[in-house]
Amino acid sequence: MNHAIIDLKDITYAFPNRENALNGLTFHLHHDDKLGLFGPNGAGKTTMLHILMGLIKPQKGKVELFGKTMADGKAFDEARLRIGFLFQHSDDQLFCPTVLDDVTFGPLNQGLARDDALNRATQALEIVGLAGFEDRVPYRLSGGEKKLVALATVLAMKPEILVLDEPTTGLAPEAKDRLIEILKGLDMARLVVSHDPDFLAATTDRLLVMRDGCIRPGELKPHTHTHIHEEGDIPHQH
Amino acid sequence: MASLADPITAGDSFISRIDPRIRLVCAAAITLPVAVLNIIDPAWIALATGIAFVFLARITLSNLLKRLCIINLFILFLWLFIPFSQPGEFSFSIGPFNATHEGISLALLISIKSNAIVLILMSLMGTIAIQDLGPAMQQLKIPNKLCHILLFTYRYIFVIHQEYTTMCRAMQARGFKPKTNTHTYRSYAWLVGMLLIKSWDRAERVHGAMRCRGFQGRFYTLAEFNTGLKDYIFLAASLLLALGLIFTELAHRGLI
Repeated sequence: MNHAIIDLKDITYAFPNRENALNGLTFHLHHDDKLGLFGPNGAGKTTMLHILMGLIKPQKGKVELFGKTMADGKAFDEARLRIGFLFQHSDDQLFCPTVLDDVTFGPLNQGLARDDALNRATQALEIVGLAGFEDRVPYRLSGGEKKLVALATVLAMKPEILVLDEPTTGLAPEAKDRLIEILKGLDMARLVVSHDPDFLAATTDRLLVMRDGCIRPGELKPHTHTHIHEEGDIPHQH
Repeated sequence: MASLADPITAGDSFISRIDPRIRLVCAAAITLPVAVLNIIDPAWIALATGIAFVFLARITLSNLLKRLCIINLFILFLWLFIPFSQPGEFSFSIGPFNATHEGISLALLISIKSNAIVLILMSLMGTIAIQDLGPAMQQLKIPNKLCHILLFTYRYIFVIHQEYTTMCRAMQARGFKPKTNTHTYRSYAWLVGMLLIKSWDRAERVHGAMRCRGFQGRFYTLAEFNTGLKDYIFLAASLLLALGLIFTELAHRGLI
């Protein structure tokens, strides 16, 4: 039987003096899932991701990762090393003086020897197309480059799942296309949170929607587009 | 702000080839005795040492002058008060204020010591790449927390400066012009307050991101340092100089 590697059960979370951000939320992700999560601002998407990574504690509910109940911080410490979490803002994720230091940070924390960590970093930078950026200073990179370095820092840990929080925030179309190409080349389970339906369609297999603190499957709904071009009134097909 | 990140030297130099750990030890060994000197002759020796180090480190003139100007701006204020506030033998007067020889000597001593310390630190510590400074401090068994603070200060000072600039521009875009009035003081107070809040929020997010990559309070480093004969000779010379300064000071105080 294919067990869920991420299993959130009946999660409830409220910020102080506010309504519930998450309201009995239940969510599963399996080994071969590539899920997209879509939802309006303030729907609780990032809160859910932070709960699943053990960065905040829900008031109610249970988090299971890789078949184990996350009872305390130590359990999360181990599970985090197997999940690649890309933060919405790369400046939150990149803090080392050089790109190489940042990309090797995770592998060194995993207990890898210096040379192995360096190999991992080189491979990860090659995957994201930033070979040769090792000695660059992260804060001086462009927004797109920072995002790719942040992705490399995650890939260098060889995670079993990728969890991406709004990966296209602030990215130019070219950088977004590049990110799509990289993600298409990675065959691993993923959960992508985004406001960008095109990005989700290109990088995931299934869409979920978050509303009112709960997750439900995306529904197929017919809709119409209006567009304009020369001689558009002549009957034609696209 | 960008100048903080730019190298201050004109390239490879004798000092830059010294092991960063040795440079840190030498910087501490020399500057601490200089800071407590009470006599002017060894202070001149320390200043001469600082100048020699600047040449050995190949610090560019523009960077040198920029930094010295900032330090000496503060020292200038000392010259406005110290010569006139120390009791002693009359030297000269400006209006009702009488300067004394003792006051002038003290101001001169402070000026020489300050400049010497800045030159020595700039040459020995300012030339260490930031990615080597943290590991070098860690290997010298300086507490991890201090190393972390240094690393994060360097990294996030630019981000905070960027936030500050963005907020200033947003204020200007809405017609804000600083004046000497309560509106200006209040606006700046809000700006500083917001900077603190944003910094706190960012610190929380950065810490979360680090935990997600397995951080459990200890930094592992890629840096590898090699100490050779040249490094040990430099260390020995620096320690001798430091001992000389300490001996002179103690002799002056009649403790030896």
